[in-house]
Amino acid sequence: MRILVCVKRVPITGGRIVLTDDEQAIQSRHLGFTISPHEECAVEEAVRIVEAGGGETVVLTLGPAEAEEQLRDCMAVGADRGILLKTDGADRDAQSTAAAIVDAVREEEPFDLILFGNESADAGGYQVGIRVAHALGLPVVTGLKKIEPADGRVRVERDVGGARDVYDVPMPAVLTVLEGLNLPRYPSVPGRLRAKSKPLSVNEPAPPAQGLEKLRLVLPPGQGKQAEVLGEGPAAAPKVVELMQRLGVA
Amino acid sequence: MKILCFVEPGDELSQQALGLAQALGDVRAVTVDGAYQPAAWAKAIAAEPADAIVAAGSDRGNELLAHVAAITGQPFAANVTAVDGDVVTRVRWGGSLLEEARLHGSPKILTVAPHTQPAVAAVAADVLTAPDDGSPKVIERIEESGGGVSLRDAKVVVSGGRGVGSAEGFSIIEELAGLLGGAVGCSRVVTSAGWRPHTDQVGQTGTKISADLYVACGISGATQHIAGCKGAKTILAINDDPEAPILTHADYAVIGNLHEIVPAISAELRKVKG
Repeated sequence: MRILVCVKRVPITGGRIVLTDDEQAIQSRHLGFTISPHEECAVEEAVRIVEAGGGETVVLTLGPAEAEEQLRDCMAVGADRGILLKTDGADRDAQSTAAAIVDAVREEEPFDLILFGNESADAGGYQVGIRVAHALGLPVVTGLKKIEPADGRVRVERDVGGARDVYDVPMPAVLTVLEGLNLPRYPSVPGRLRAKSKPLSVNEPAPPAQGLEKLRLVLPPGQGKQAEVLGEGPAAAPKVVELMQRLGVA
Repeated sequence: MKILCFVEPGDELSQQALGLAQALGDVRAVTVDGAYQPAAWAKAIAAEPADAIVAAGSDRGNELLAHVAAITGQPFAANVTAVDGDVVTRVRWGGSLLEEARLHGSPKILTVAPHTQPAVAAVAADVLTAPDDGSPKVIERIEESGGGVSLRDAKVVVSGGRGVGSAEGFSIIEELAGLLGGAVGCSRVVTSAGWRPHTDQVGQTGTKISADLYVACGISGATQHIAGCKGAKTILAINDDPEAPILTHADYAVIGNLHEIVPAISAELRKVKG
């Protein structure tokens, strides 16, 4: 099986978000970076499928030169090689992101599966995987928590509040996944060392016009609230129970 | 403006989306019949004339309108909270951040962020038919055995974070949740460590709760977590760090060691209940 996993570099926001002065991005000078949680599970799933049945896991991202760090992280947990679609760092909307991915996929030997996170942690557009599938004429199923490929088809399951919907689709296919699909492994030291020398190809897709054009970012109202301290230590228990009774839950 | 609004019968989020749609222009509500088949349903929706297409920012609404956008080659703004001409305000980072963006193209395609608009009365919806085009469709539904109170619907959620320290440490969290008839939750750190299953995770990539009371024990309050618990009416934080970010989102706090405080609350509850 040949599997492509598409990931996105995002800041580790921690407890409080601060914006840059131009309101175009999160102030990330003191932040580390990672990939969206759903995508960590997509990478893990691809690596497990290839470990079990052979093949190749390729990881792709569209982002600044620094996004190589995230591709190497994915290679450290088992991806075989990377594709960096390099930008100047400015955000691209979902349509142009999907178009760049489609162009890159067409340059490659066909993949059996193309995996995405269901939505990115930052922009949350819910659409890049679906757009890529339509452009390539492939079936797509989203929001998956179980993936079982066998004999040219893939059986997948999606949570729908108290039940699971089952789909069975022919490969090649596009699948988008949710955290909880698996428990991703941590990179090992040998894994990190091996990742340094795995192949990485770099392309620079031209920036097209933006259909959903970001104007500015805004912090939602209600920042800087401060909790009323009911007390310290176990002595506060009666006050907590009073609160619960007042709220009608105890 | 002719607004096409996709609704699901009996769905609260659809009625919220309808509210925003009605503020934009003349609304025609539509729904689709038969087994769920996203690409085929989207084809039926995309074939209807409209200046704007609106749906709820639910799993299904976001999926369907992404398909509609791909079919029509138009931009799509997911989880919009407000519309002003061509400019939409939409949710990023699970609600920790908002974005103002110009939505180009026609028809305008957008979903409405859950719980940001009041629900309006349901209206009669035209039923569209979506011929089977061979695209993926649901072939089977597996009902899950309902064990205990569901996190999503629980009136009380008692949740533990890194401060709980271990899988075994959750016994005091379970005890308190049990006394309150509530559900046990946890933060992403806890599921990543394997202390609790992912189904217990409250957060941007876990479950978004709407409890009357959320008790956050040993949870620092990363934005990822806040995105999942900010729907709770009241948040009580139990934390040994008076400067933890969770205290800027909580209504009430108790400062100190959760391993002493949580059992004390359980004991007090037992005493009061007799």
